Amino acid sequence: MNPSLSGNNPLAKLSGRGLLIGAPWFWMGVFFLLPFLFIIKLSLSEAALMQPPYLPFIREIEDGLVTLVVNFGNYSLLFEDPLYWKALLSSIEIAAIATLVTLLIGYPMAYAIAKAPKAWRLPLLMLIILPFWTSFLIRVYAWIGILKTNGILNDALLGLGLIDQPLEILYTPTAVYIGIVYSYLPFMILPLYATLIRLDDTLLEAAADLGCPPWKQFLTVTLPLSLPGIIAGSMLVFIPVMGEFVIPDLLGGPNTLMIGKLMWTEFFNNKDWPLASALAAVLLVVLIIPFVLWQHFEKRLEMRQ
Amino acid sequence: MNKRLSLPLITLLVFGYAFLYGPIASLIIYSFNESKLVTVWGGWSTKWYGALLENQQILDAAWLSIKIATVSATFAVIIGTLAALALVKFKRFRGRGSLSLMLAAPLVMPEVILGLSLLLLFVSMEELLGWPARGQTTIILAHMTFAIAYVTVVIRSRLAHFDFSLEEAAMDLGAHPVKTFFWITLPLIAPALVAGWLLAFTLSLDDLVVASFVSGPGATTLPMVVYSSVRLGVSPEINALATIIVGLVSLAVLIAGLVMYRQEKQRLREMN
Repeated sequence: MNPSLSGNNPLAKLSGRGLLIGAPWFWMGVFFLLPFLFIIKLSLSEAALMQPPYLPFIREIEDGLVTLVVNFGNYSLLFEDPLYWKALLSSIEIAAIATLVTLLIGYPMAYAIAKAPKAWRLPLLMLIILPFWTSFLIRVYAWIGILKTNGILNDALLGLGLIDQPLEILYTPTAVYIGIVYSYLPFMILPLYATLIRLDDTLLEAAADLGCPPWKQFLTVTLPLSLPGIIAGSMLVFIPVMGEFVIPDLLGGPNTLMIGKLMWTEFFNNKDWPLASALAAVLLVVLIIPFVLWQHFEKRLEMRQ
Repeated sequence: MNKRLSLPLITLLVFGYAFLYGPIASLIIYSFNESKLVTVWGGWSTKWYGALLENQQILDAAWLSIKIATVSATFAVIIGTLAALALVKFKRFRGRGSLSLMLAAPLVMPEVILGLSLLLLFVSMEELLGWPARGQTTIILAHMTFAIAYVTVVIRSRLAHFDFSLEEAAMDLGAHPVKTFFWITLPLIAPALVAGWLLAFTLSLDDLVVASFVSGPGATTLPMVVYSSVRLGVSPEINALATIIVGLVSLAVLIAGLVMYRQEKQRLREMN
């Protein structure tokens, strides 16, 4: 065979390698990384009634006199107006509490699936993933019908005589928590399951042989070994919930302040693109720490597999 | 490990799955409700399905969403496959860390940030290059970007079990790398490509936030129509739509699950 056509042609190998690495790098660089620079740029410009609705960075002031105008007004507004502080703090609070509740429900479920007979595990896991494939928007919408004043839950509770007055749940923080826990539960269960299924049972047997009671086995063996799963799952919930829009918008009331919803309002209702960009920049900075944590523990999970 | 589950764990699973599936079940049941008031039972009826099929706005939006999802999923699978191969095959290259970071970040990045940042990019691109106009094209580009990240995860986990000596064997026998890829690698990772494509397709079909930011006048996707009608309160037509979506998705997942199950069995048989 002609050697230049053979598969070990170094040139062909090199260009193949270049394509494999280059194409995805280029795409993500242009459409994921580069746009963040535009957020920073726009957060430093001024809103205006024009198309697109902001003043350009470099503009002509008088005839021929061109200057670069940087506007820190959006950031000073974010710092001065307590509305934005409150929204940021309440986003952190809602995301943190919702993550904790999701963990408290997700951990025992992941544990039970990992302990289930082998033939059951795959179907049980599939049933966890299935809702994730059906429309998120529609699953959130389903809760409106359930939680409404004259909705399914209140009808059932009134019918059973457990309450005399319908409960006001929809458009309160409780409804937002229910929506978040419901929508994000699969993201918590999957990484937890991945750590729990790889747990070496002989460790527990050894502990039991040495007289360790089951609850202590759990606290000293199972729990610490599943820590990478706990952190990875928590970050998979916490980070996106920080910027959640659909759930607080559909299930929360006017008092449910969340930064994602605020960004949406600034952008779509007030047409203030620069202020929305400044909010996005702040949210990005806040999310760096949990993101690094997530990446670190995700790597540990990967290495274990 | 193969002991039977204790009673508390079984109870817990039953409650957990009831929590996950109760709301979906309620949507389906009330889609067959005669009454316009979604939560008042007025007898069985399929009239909302009929109304749905006559709602031209929903049908147009659904068609647009399906087109966008098909195109974006297809391109996302192509680039995602390249990315997964690059990350699994080459353990050391310049930019590996940044590539893997850029492919992980969209999985958790809040959609409002993704949507706004992409819109700003598109606006600047249009000013400088005259392309892309906001609408169908920009939604496809945006959906591709986050779908690539999900597709890469799916294909990477499949490639982790991939025996690269098969590729080497083919190339030692004189096959060109491109031929090796299409004849050896691709058929072996095909189930992961299908799973990745389906995931990208459903993610695109489902996206409200990113599409709302990057879309322009005239391009209204299905989630946008659903969102604006849901904001006005519950509507039995949306329940009917939800039932159709849930039915289609369950069918797709069931088929994908069976394919994967058979593949897995075959692999175990080959290993023995």
